[in-house]
Amino acid sequence: MTGQRIPTVRKPKVRKNNLRLKLAFLACLALLLLLASFFSEYLTPYDPYLQDLTIAKAPPSSEHWLGTDRYGRDMLSRVIAGSRTSIFASLLLVGFIAVFGSLIGILCARSGKWLDTFLMRTADLFLAFPGLVFALAVAAVLGGGVHNAIFALAAISWPKYARLSRSQTLAISALPFMQAARMGGCGSLQLVWRHVLPNISGPILVTAMLDIGTMMMELAGLSFLGLGAKPPIPEWGSMMSETRNLLPTQPWITLAPGFAIFFSVMVFNLLGDTVRDYLDPKNRG
Amino acid sequence: MEEFLRAEHLHKVFSSGAEKFTAVDDVSLSLQHGEKLAIIGESGSGKTTVARIIARLIEPDGGRIILGGKDITKTKGRELRQVYGVMQMVFQNPVESFDPRWTLGDGICEGLLNHGYARAEADKECRRLLSMCGLEEDFARRYPYEVSGGQCQRAAIARALALSPKLLILDEATSALDVTVQAEVLSLLDSLHRELSMSYLFICHDIALVQDFCHRVMVMHQGKVVEEGNCDHVIRNPQQEYTKRLIDSVLQ
Repeated sequence: MTGQRIPTVRKPKVRKNNLRLKLAFLACLALLLLLASFFSEYLTPYDPYLQDLTIAKAPPSSEHWLGTDRYGRDMLSRVIAGSRTSIFASLLLVGFIAVFGSLIGILCARSGKWLDTFLMRTADLFLAFPGLVFALAVAAVLGGGVHNAIFALAAISWPKYARLSRSQTLAISALPFMQAARMGGCGSLQLVWRHVLPNISGPILVTAMLDIGTMMMELAGLSFLGLGAKPPIPEWGSMMSETRNLLPTQPWITLAPGFAIFFSVMVFNLLGDTVRDYLDPKNRG
Repeated sequence: MEEFLRAEHLHKVFSSGAEKFTAVDDVSLSLQHGEKLAIIGESGSGKTTVARIIARLIEPDGGRIILGGKDITKTKGRELRQVYGVMQMVFQNPVESFDPRWTLGDGICEGLLNHGYARAEADKECRRLLSMCGLEEDFARRYPYEVSGGQCQRAAIARALALSPKLLILDEATSALDVTVQAEVLSLLDSLHRELSMSYLFICHDIALVQDFCHRVMVMHQGKVVEEGNCDHVIRNPQQEYTKRLIDSVLQ
């Protein structure tokens, strides 16, 4: 037995590097999408509202890469302009509900009994609404439009984050390192800031990343039903809805915003997955 | 010897819904300067709850805790921080007692930084503490999941010693370790006790471990103290049926 080396755990270096590469690639794609949505008005080759019935329903050509719709508007310009509503709105929405919901959840977990009960029952109340019915009700009371669609989605989506962060905070709070930190002289706010937030941010971030795709779909869905963006505002969901009867004859008009939704949702979902893998401390070296 | 810690008539009831469970029932104890007191009993006997009440990690439903002549039963905020400068705890699961996102060094330094040390001073002190507990300096840069249980428990002891406490509560501090590592950690605790003349409150379920290590022992059963006294005396002449069974179970 002498001279035998004790086996050591080898760190999975190759996997880690691959993960980093994948993360960088997807983050770049997501960033490009975000920049495109933010600066969409400068990127459109044509005015997305400009109608020219002489070239209505034109197939893709060198002048109009994605063809034109039934009013002769350039589809590429409309898809790019639509990213503002679709991507940017979903991102703002998810950012808001993730922060708001998580704060409520942490507050519930760290505070006394009655506040926890009150806030959690309120969250249950909002969770009990079917999303579409709630959006319909909001549209009926406040009228349609992107803002009200976002409001309706925010109202029914924050409890998910409150529940998640509450359960995560409770689990973390029961671990000995929280007690050790308390005995090291940390106050309640320091405990939350230094130990709770960093440890629960992973699952919340991943949920939020995956939610960007879902919210994009839901917003598009609401617009498709006529409860979100109103024509002629370019929004991917409503663009698909407007032109769905052209699918058999001029498929590019419907497929262009459809593909835009598919691609963006996929990028954000993959990014969410990769971020989760990356944040797992066991994958770090 | 002078009394350092006194707990009087501690009482704690846990309730879930309508069910109530008395975890600690009228427990009193006293600990002298430099004394090692063991609390033993089977799991569920309430010994850890007593330790946590004394460490002010859970609120008692009744009773008083007097540390160094001062009533600390209700202290909060800055005063409690001062109390933790005098009293520290080592937990059962060493790996879980460190934040998985922090290095061991950061964990050890946290208390020092909270108590007004500058970063460089704290780092220096951390290196000293690690070497005192038999760990090399580069352990400060490792994460809890990168070291063994025994090494992690040494780091946890180093963290507990950072604020030079006078009382160390060891809550099953050696139970999660295998036998040889257990012996190493115990001998480390023994030598630290000689060097720093601290008091130990040693929570344990293994009566054999306690015999050589502690001065006095308290036996707990179903939340009550059933027997108390000098270690050798209690183990050789157990008066209570429960203590006899506890000792027999080890001998078997």
